[in-house]
Amino acid sequence: MLRTWRQRLTLTDVFIWVIGLAIAVAVIWGSISTLRLHIYSGSGWIDLTIRGLALGGVYALIAMGYTMVYGILKMINFAHSEVFMSGPFTACFVALGLASSGFLNAQPVISLAIILVVSMGVSAGIALLLERICYRPLRTAPRLVPLITAIGASFFLQYTFRGLFGSGSFGYPAIKALQQSWTISGIQIFKTQVVVIAGSVLMMLILFAIVQWTKIGKAMRAVSEDKEAAELMGINVDSIIVFTFGLGGASAGAAGVLYTLLFPVVNFYMGFIPGIKAFTAAVLGGIGNVPGAFLGAIILGLLESVGPNLFLTGLGIPSPSQLKDAIAFIVLVLILIFRPTGLLGERISRDKA
Amino acid sequence: MNIESSVWKKAVQNGLIGGLISLLLGLVGMALAFGTTFLISGVITMGQVLVLAPFLFESFSSIKRTPSKNPVTVLVVAGLTGLVGGAVLAVFILLAQFIDFRSILINASPDLIALWTFQLPLVIGVLVLLFAALVTGLIAAGFSLLSDRIRRALSLAVMVVLALGLFRDLILTVMVHWGFVQYIFLWMFAQVGMTIPGALVAFLLVGGIAYWRSGVDQAAINKNRSPRRQRAIKWGTIAVLAVIVLLLPAILGIYFSEILDDVGIYVLMGLGLNIVVGFAGLLDLGYVAFYAIGAYTLGVLTTSEAVGLLHLSFWVAAPAALLVAVFAGVVLGLPILRLRGDYLAIVTLGFGEIIRILVLSDWFKPLLGGSEGIQRIGQPTIGKLVLANQQQLFYVILAGIIIAGFIATRLKDSHLGRSWMALREDEDVAEAMGINKVATKLLAFGMGALFSGLGGALFATKVGSTYPQSFSFIVSINILSLIIIGGLGSIPGVFVGGLVLVGLPLLLAQFADFVYLIYGASLVFMMLSRPEGLWPEARRRLELHGEEGGPSPQEEPAPAAMDSGR
Repeated sequence: MLRTWRQRLTLTDVFIWVIGLAIAVAVIWGSISTLRLHIYSGSGWIDLTIRGLALGGVYALIAMGYTMVYGILKMINFAHSEVFMSGPFTACFVALGLASSGFLNAQPVISLAIILVVSMGVSAGIALLLERICYRPLRTAPRLVPLITAIGASFFLQYTFRGLFGSGSFGYPAIKALQQSWTISGIQIFKTQVVVIAGSVLMMLILFAIVQWTKIGKAMRAVSEDKEAAELMGINVDSIIVFTFGLGGASAGAAGVLYTLLFPVVNFYMGFIPGIKAFTAAVLGGIGNVPGAFLGAIILGLLESVGPNLFLTGLGIPSPSQLKDAIAFIVLVLILIFRPTGLLGERISRDKA
Repeated sequence: MNIESSVWKKAVQNGLIGGLISLLLGLVGMALAFGTTFLISGVITMGQVLVLAPFLFESFSSIKRTPSKNPVTVLVVAGLTGLVGGAVLAVFILLAQFIDFRSILINASPDLIALWTFQLPLVIGVLVLLFAALVTGLIAAGFSLLSDRIRRALSLAVMVVLALGLFRDLILTVMVHWGFVQYIFLWMFAQVGMTIPGALVAFLLVGGIAYWRSGVDQAAINKNRSPRRQRAIKWGTIAVLAVIVLLLPAILGIYFSEILDDVGIYVLMGLGLNIVVGFAGLLDLGYVAFYAIGAYTLGVLTTSEAVGLLHLSFWVAAPAALLVAVFAGVVLGLPILRLRGDYLAIVTLGFGEIIRILVLSDWFKPLLGGSEGIQRIGQPTIGKLVLANQQQLFYVILAGIIIAGFIATRLKDSHLGRSWMALREDEDVAEAMGINKVATKLLAFGMGALFSGLGGALFATKVGSTYPQSFSFIVSINILSLIIIGGLGSIPGVFVGGLVLVGLPLLLAQFADFVYLIYGASLVFMMLSRPEGLWPEARRRLELHGEEGGPSPQEEPAPAAMDSGR
C-alpha cells in the first residue's frame, strides 16, 4: 500500500483501461451520431424500451435461480438454463392440451394459472433432481468439478428433451384474450407485454418477500452468510439448499411461461441464450444479491433492445439487431473485468473477490 | 434368511433407477435406433442390450451394497433388482395401452413397445420381458460370484464379441483388401451381426487367451529381461506402431481416412486445451474462438474467391493464421486471467459466442462472407504435389499432432510446466514462490490458442470451406469432454478421448443423434465416479488411488488439482 499509483500500475491495467475507454468512446460516439440521424421517432424508442422491460422481467426471474444458488453454494448452476427450458416445454404441452378442449380461450385467466403452476412444478422438480444427482455428491469437491458436471448435465438435459419430444420447434397456442394491444399517443403496447412485466414484478416481489421476511428466507440468508455457523444455530443446511434449488427452479419455470408469451416458439436449445443472459444479469447486479439480479436484468433487457439501435446504427454498422446477443456478452465480459462484484455487490467483494 | 431391510430397500431402489434409465433410453429413441442392429444374428440386437444393460449395472450396484457374500442372498438381491427394473418397463407398456403417450413423446411408438416385448404378443411379451430382466439380474449375481480371474477373462470376451457384432460393417469393409483373411471374417459374420458359431469361436478364443494370459505375471517377466532387451522391445513396439500409423490411410481407404482426419484435428485441439485446462487449470469454454480464428484467417488469406485478401499459398497463410490465433489468445487472456476459475469459464464462453456472432453478422460480411462462409480455400502443396484428398491430408494433420504432442510432452516437465501445475494447485502459494502469474497463465492461453488455431487452419483446408455454423459452443464442449474423459492433464488420454468420443460416433451412424446426450451423461458420470479419466495422468492416479493404483479406502470425489484458486 505504500507504493504510489504509478508503481502499482501494470501493463495489464493500462491495456484494460485502453479497451474500456475505446468501448466507452464508441458507445457515446455511436449514440450521438444515431440521435443526430433522426432515424427513429420518439415513440419508436419508447416501444423498444417497453420491449426491453418485458425482456428484463423474464431475465430477472431466471437470474434469481443463478443468484440464489450462487449465494448459498458459491457455484454457477450452469444447467439452470435447461431448468428454464423445461418451463416453456411444459407450458406448451399444457396449453396445447387446454386449447384442444377449448378451455384455454374460454377461461384464459384460470388456464394461465394452471399453466404457470404446472410449469413451475416441473422446473422445480428438474432443479431438485439436478441438485440431488449432480451437485450434492460434489459439494466438497474443488470448484471446477461441479461446474463441469453442470455443463454435462446441461447438455444431457437438452438432448434428452430433444430425444423425448423431437428436434423441431413447437408453436405455442395463442391466447385470444392476450392478443389485443392498446395504442396510447402513437405507442403500441401489447397486452402480453403488460402481462409479462406485471407478472415478473409480482413474482419478484413474492420471491423478495420469501427471502427477506419468512423464517426459511432468513435461514437461506444465514446459510449464504456462513454455512458452518448456520448449521450450529440449528439450521438444516441440506434442506435449505434443496429449498433454494426448488425456489430457483420454480422461478425459472414462471420465467419460461412468460417468455413463451413474448416468443411463442419452443425448442430444445432455447434455454442457452436466455440462460447466459440471465447469468449476465445476475453478475451485473452483483451475484448473490436478489434486488441486484432484478436491477441487472432490467438494465440488460434495456441494453439489449435499445442498445443495438442506439449505439451501433450511428457507427454505420449494418443490421445492428443481429449483434444484440454480442452486446449482452460484451456486457458480461466488461462487468467481470471492471467490476466483478456487480453494481450492488459491495458486501461480497470484501470476502470473496 | 435374515437380511437387513435396508438391503431390500436398496435393491428395490436400484431396480427402480435401472428401470427408469432403461425407460429413458427407450423414450429418447436410442434403443430403437439400434433395434435392428443385430449383434449375433437372430439372437440379440444392440437395442435389446440397451434395454437390459441398465438392469445389469443396477444389479451390480445392489450386489456391491450387500454386506453378505452368501450366494443365495446375492442371487436374490440381484434378481429382485432386475425384476423391479423390468416391472417399471412393464407398467409403462401396460399404461401405453390406455394412454396415448405418443402425442407428446415422439418415440413411444408401437415399434418401441414391440422392441420391449421382444416382438411377441403383449401379455407373453411382458412376461418374457420380466423374465429377461430377472435373468439379467441373476447373471450379474452369478458373474460377481466367480473368481477374479475367470471374471476378467469372461468380461473381456463378452466385450469383444459385442464390439465385433456392433462394428461388423466396418470390419468387413476394411477386410475386403486383406485377401484370404477376409474369409475368416466372412464366416464369422452373418448378413447382420455375427453368426452363432462365429460368436462362439470369438468368445472362446478371446476368453481362453485372456484366462491364460492372466496367469502370467507380465511385470515379472519384463523385470527378468536385460535392460538392453527391454529397450529393444520398447523401441521395436514404437517402430511397429509408427509404421502402422503411417500406413493407416492406405489400409483404411478414403472413407475411414476422413474420419481419421476428424479425429486427428480434435486430438490436436485436445492437446492444446489439455495444456490450458489440464496443466494450468484454466477452464476455457471459448476454445472454439481460436479454432474459428485459425480457420477464417487461413480462409481469408488463401481463398481464390472475391472475399479473399491476398490469395497466399497454404504454407505462408498457415503460420499467419497461427500468429493471429495466438495474438487473439493473448489479447483476450490479458484482461481476464485475473478472474477466478468459474468466472473465467463464463467469460471465455462469452468470447467464443461473440466471435461466432460477429462472423455471422452483416457487419463483417464483406470480409468473412457472413452465413455463406468462405469457399475454395487453398490446399497445401509440396512442390507440384497438391495434398488435396483426405488420405494425403492425414499426413499433414499427423505432422501437426506430432509437433503438438512433442511440445506438450516436453513442456509438461519443464520449468514452465511445473509453474503451470503450481498455479493450478494454489495460485497464492505459487505467486509467493516467485512465479509470474500473468505471464505464466498467458503462455498457457497462447499455447492453447496456437494449437486450436492450427486445428482450425487444418479443418478449413480439409473441408475446403468455412461456415460460421461449424464454430458453435458445442465444439468447445466436444473438446473439453474428450480431454476430461481421457484424463485431465494426461497426453495419452487425449488420444483415447479423441478415438472414443469423436471416432466412435462417426463410425456408428446410429450414434449420431445421441452424441451430445452421451457426452453430457459421461461428463456427469466421470466427475461423479472417475474424475481422473480413462487414461489418467500418473501423478493424479497416485493422488487419487494411493500407491499401487488400487482403490484407496476413502475415494476423494475429485482431483484436488482442478481447484484453480479462489
